[in-house]
Amino acid sequence: MALRRFDLEAGGDTFAFKPETEEKIAFWRGKYPAEKQRSAVIPLLWLAQKDNDGWLSEPAMREVADRLEMPYIRVYEVATFYTMFRLQPVGKYHIQLCGTTPCQLRGAESLKDVCKKEIGNPMYVTDDGRLSWEEVECLGACVNAPMVQINDDYYEDLTEDSFQKIIGKLKNGVEAQAGPQVDRINSAPEGGTATLTDPALFDGSRNEVSRLPSLVEDKEADAPDASSSGKPEESAPTNTKREVPEKSNTGKTTLISNKEKEELAGERPETVEVAAEEQDDLKRIKGIGPKNEGALNELGIFTFKQIAAWTPENVDWVEDYMSFPGRIEREDWIGQAKTLAEGGETEFSKRVDAGDVPSSQDDED
Amino acid sequence: MSDTFKLNIDGKDIEVPRHYTLMQACEEAGAEIPRFCYHERLSVAGNCRMCLVEWEGAPKPIASCAQTVGDMRPNRDGSAPNIRTKGDYVDKARNGVMEFLLINHPLDCPICDQGGECDLQDQAMAYGRAGSRYEENKRAVEDKNMGPLVKTIMTRCIQCTRCVRFAAEVAGVEEIGMISRGENAEITTYLEKSLTSELSGNVIDLCPVGALTSKPYAFNARPWELRKTSSIDVMDAMGASIRVDAKGDGVMRILPETNEEINEEWLSDKSRFVWDGLARQRLDKPYIRENGRLRAANWGEAFAAVKEALSVSADKIGVVAGDLIEVEQAKAALDLFRALGVNSTDCRPAGAKYGTDGVRERYILNGTLAGVEEADMLLLIGTNPRVEAAVWNARIRKTWLWADLKVGRIGEAADLTYDHEWLGQGADALTNIRDTDFGKALASAERPMIVIGEGALCGEDGEAVLASALKLANEVGAIKDDWAGFGILHTAAGRVGALDVGFVPADGGADTAAILSGGMETVVLLGADEVDLSGLGDSKVIYVGSHGDAGAARADIILPSAAYTEMAATYVNTEGRVQMTSRAVQPKGEAREGWAIFRALSDVMGKTLPYDTADALRGVLCGADGENTVFSGLGFAPGVRGIEALKQPMTSASTTLTSVSFGAVVDDFYMTNPIARASKTMAECSALASALDTPVAAE
Repeated sequence: MALRRFDLEAGGDTFAFKPETEEKIAFWRGKYPAEKQRSAVIPLLWLAQKDNDGWLSEPAMREVADRLEMPYIRVYEVATFYTMFRLQPVGKYHIQLCGTTPCQLRGAESLKDVCKKEIGNPMYVTDDGRLSWEEVECLGACVNAPMVQINDDYYEDLTEDSFQKIIGKLKNGVEAQAGPQVDRINSAPEGGTATLTDPALFDGSRNEVSRLPSLVEDKEADAPDASSSGKPEESAPTNTKREVPEKSNTGKTTLISNKEKEELAGERPETVEVAAEEQDDLKRIKGIGPKNEGALNELGIFTFKQIAAWTPENVDWVEDYMSFPGRIEREDWIGQAKTLAEGGETEFSKRVDAGDVPSSQDDED
Repeated sequence: MSDTFKLNIDGKDIEVPRHYTLMQACEEAGAEIPRFCYHERLSVAGNCRMCLVEWEGAPKPIASCAQTVGDMRPNRDGSAPNIRTKGDYVDKARNGVMEFLLINHPLDCPICDQGGECDLQDQAMAYGRAGSRYEENKRAVEDKNMGPLVKTIMTRCIQCTRCVRFAAEVAGVEEIGMISRGENAEITTYLEKSLTSELSGNVIDLCPVGALTSKPYAFNARPWELRKTSSIDVMDAMGASIRVDAKGDGVMRILPETNEEINEEWLSDKSRFVWDGLARQRLDKPYIRENGRLRAANWGEAFAAVKEALSVSADKIGVVAGDLIEVEQAKAALDLFRALGVNSTDCRPAGAKYGTDGVRERYILNGTLAGVEEADMLLLIGTNPRVEAAVWNARIRKTWLWADLKVGRIGEAADLTYDHEWLGQGADALTNIRDTDFGKALASAERPMIVIGEGALCGEDGEAVLASALKLANEVGAIKDDWAGFGILHTAAGRVGALDVGFVPADGGADTAAILSGGMETVVLLGADEVDLSGLGDSKVIYVGSHGDAGAARADIILPSAAYTEMAATYVNTEGRVQMTSRAVQPKGEAREGWAIFRALSDVMGKTLPYDTADALRGVLCGADGENTVFSGLGFAPGVRGIEALKQPMTSASTTLTSVSFGAVVDDFYMTNPIARASKTMAECSALASALDTPVAAE
C-alpha cells in the first residue's frame, strides 16, 4: 500500500454536497445524539466521496469536518486510515481488483496484468477519464473468485478474456452486465444444480417420516400420503386464486399441534364460503401480512366484515390459535376491519394501496 | 466492596486504591516499570507494550499501564494476585517488545539531539538485546513541518501518541494526529501546518525518542555538557519552575521543572524558547547620548551624567518600573529615590488601578493557581489566561475537562480552548451579572472563583471595577474562611514584587501616565519598554535595563543591568509566592545586577543605601528578627491567609463604572517583553501567528 496523500491540486478549493445528498446526510446524522455527531464521520465521508466523482478531495474532507464540528486532523486520521476513501482522483469507472489469496489462486494476477495493459499503473486515470484501478484486499466474494468491484457492482468469475471485454465495454461507454460472468446464478453451481436433486430428500420419505409435524395443512388433510410431495394441497375450488404458501413450515403460527388447537380457549369464529372475487385483501389491515392472511384464510376468514363481527371470544380463540396474545386488540384489527368493510380507508390501508408497505406485498416481518 | 485492593508484587504484599493502574501499584511497591506511551498526565493509550508484567495464572503478560487494579481477580484460593515485574518471563517479554520497537528505529543516536536523554536509548540499554537480528530494509518516514519550535525526524517515531494526546487533552488544540495505518502510520499536523498552541514545546519533552526535538536548540549541545541551574521563569506572572541549561556563558535551552503548585510539568513556548533573546540586543556597557548619538561610556561617566540629570527638583523626576523588575532592584531604586524626595514612582506601566491602598490581598491571586482545581465556577474578568498565563490555562482546561468546572468570561471574545460562557465586553456586564444564569449559578456555587485581569483594571474606572468585583465575590460566597476565590491574574513577573515593596506613587506623586506625559525633566525607566514614550517631550531619560528596546532607543543615559538568568533575584508571582531565580550565566559585559547599580548610584548621590550585599538587602526586606513580612518565607502562596482583608469592602472607590469594553492585555503572546522581542525564535512565531490571524486569499 503506497503512502496515501491528498491530491491537493486536483482537489481545488471548494466542495459542496449535492442538494439531493442532504437528505442522506440528515439520515445518518439523525442516528446519533447531538453531542455525538462525530460518529457520523465515516458515512459522511463516504457520501462526500460519492458526490466528488468517487474520490475524497481535501476541501470535501474539510466540509465534512466543518459540518460535524470536528478538528480537521481528526477527520484526516479517519480518511487516511480507511483505504475505501480514495484521496486521489479516480476514473469514471474505478476498478477495485481483489488480490487476496482465493482470488489470487483463481487468477487475479492475470487480471492485474490486464489492468496494467489496458489502464496503466494502479490509481492512474486514463486520459479520457473513464478508467482507473487499484488492488484491494478481500471483498468477500471468494466463492466467485476472481472478481473485481467496479464502482458499486461486483463482476465475478472473471477470466482474462471476460475481464478484457468488460473493460472494453466500459472504455467505450457501454454498461457491462454485473454479476458472475459465467453460467451460474449468484454463487449457485455453474450450469445448474448438480447435487441434492433427489426429491425424496425434501419430502421426508427418505427418513421414513410418515407425516411432517407442523404443516399448516395438517389439520385439514389428515396424514398425508408418504408419496406426497410435501407441498400443501390445493384447498377448496372456490379458493383457486389463493396464493400457495411456498414455505411448508410457517413458524410460530403453526407451532401448536392439532390436538391442542381443538382445546383452544374462546370460540372459533364462524366460517363462510366466499367467492374469490368477493374476498377482501386482508393485508390492508395493519398487523396482517401475507402469512397471517394465509392463516386466516385457512380458518375460513376472507372478508373485513367477518373480522368486524368477531366477538371477544372469537378474538381469544384466534389469538390463541395464532399464538400472539393481545395483538388483535393492540392493533385494533376489528376497528380497522369495520372501517374498511364500510368502504372507508385507514392510514395504513392507504399506504398499502400506494404500494409503500413492502411487508404487505411479500413476506411479513 | 472495599476501596482498596490487595496485591502481591514481587513477593511483597501491598494494598492500593482500586482505581490505581497496575503500573501505579507496582511503583508503589518499589518496582520500576519501563514505559514509552504511558504518561501520568495524559490518558492511557496502552500501545507501546513496554510495561508488560507477569500476572501469575494469566495466559499472557499484562500491559500494566492499562490494567486497572480493581478489575483484577484474586487467585483461586482467594489470596491476592501475584505480580512479577522481574524474572525471565518479564525480561523476555520486554526484550521482544524492545526488539520490535527498534526494528524500524534508525538507531542514529550519534546524530540525534535526544541522545543522552532518550528514553528509548536508556531502555534499550536496560531491556534490549545486545545486537540486532533484523536484516531487512527499515521503513523511512518523511519529516513533517510543525512550525519554528518543533523539529521532526519522523523516522525515529515509535508511535507512542503522547504528542497527539497532549495536543488534544492538555493544550486543547487538536492539531497533531496519527494518519494512515499499520506500517504507514505517521504522526503529523494537518497538512503539515505549524502548531499554534502556546504550549507546543512540551511535546518535545514528552517525546520519548528523538522524533520531536527542539528546533532552536538543534545540534547546539549535548545534555552532559550543559550546566543545569534550577530557576524561575519571568515571562509571565506565574513564576514557573524552570531549569536553565547553559554552556560557557550562553544559555542553551530552558526546560520546565515539576512544580505541582504552579506549572505541573509544562512550560509555555515563550518561557521555553526565549533564551536566544538573552544573547541578542544586549546592553553590555553604559551609554551616554552626546550630540544625538549614544556613545559607550564607563560606569563613572555614566553615574556623573545621572547625577547631573537627577539634580533637578525632586517633583520633576519620575520613575517607572517595567514588567521584569526584580524585587531587589525595585527596593534599592525606591529607597534611593525616596531618599532624594522623589514621589513620582510607579510600577504599573499599563496604568492598572491596584496596589495603592497597600492591601496586598487586593492585588494578588488569593485563590492560587492550583486552587482552580477545587473551584466549581470560574469568572474571568478582562483576562485571557490562554495568552496571559498559558500554563494556568491548561490547568483550567484540565479542571473543565475532568471536574466539570464552569467558566464565564467578561472581555474580548477569545478561544480559551475550553467552553465558556461569554458574558459581555465591559464593566456593564459585571454590573448585570447577577441577573444572568451564570450569575445565579455563581451565587449558588460551592467554591466560586473570580479572577480579574489587567484588561479590566487599566481603564479610568479600574478601581471601581476592582471594588465591584470584590463586592460580587463577597456576595456570591467566593470569600469564605476556607476559600479565597478572588484575585488578580497579573501578566508581569515583577509586578507583585514591586507592589510589595511599595513602588507606587507616594503622596502627591504622579503615576505612569502623568510621568510620561512630558511634565518631568528627568524620567527613569527601569526596564519599562511597553509604555508610550512619545509624549516625553524633551525630558531626559535614564534607562536601566538589559536589552536595547524602545526605552533604550529613547534614552539619554543607559545603565546596563543583568537579565533573569544572570542573577539570583527575588520575584513574587501572581499568587504572592516569593521565589528566587539563580544565576546560570554571568551578566553580559559590564552589566550589573539592578540593586547594585542603585547601591553604587546612591554613593554618587550622597545618599548611601544601608546595605552592601544582596543578602543584606534581602535581610532588610525580610525585616528584623521575628518580624513577619511577605518576604520572610520563600515558595508558598498565602491563599486564604489574607481572607479577613478581602472581607472588607473597598472604600476608596471614587469613580463609577463606565461601559467601556475591557481591552486585551496581551496583543502578541510572543512579544510581551524586551527579551522576547530580541528573540529570533519568538519573532518567527509571532509572524506565523499574525499571518494566521489575518485571512489570506490563497494559501
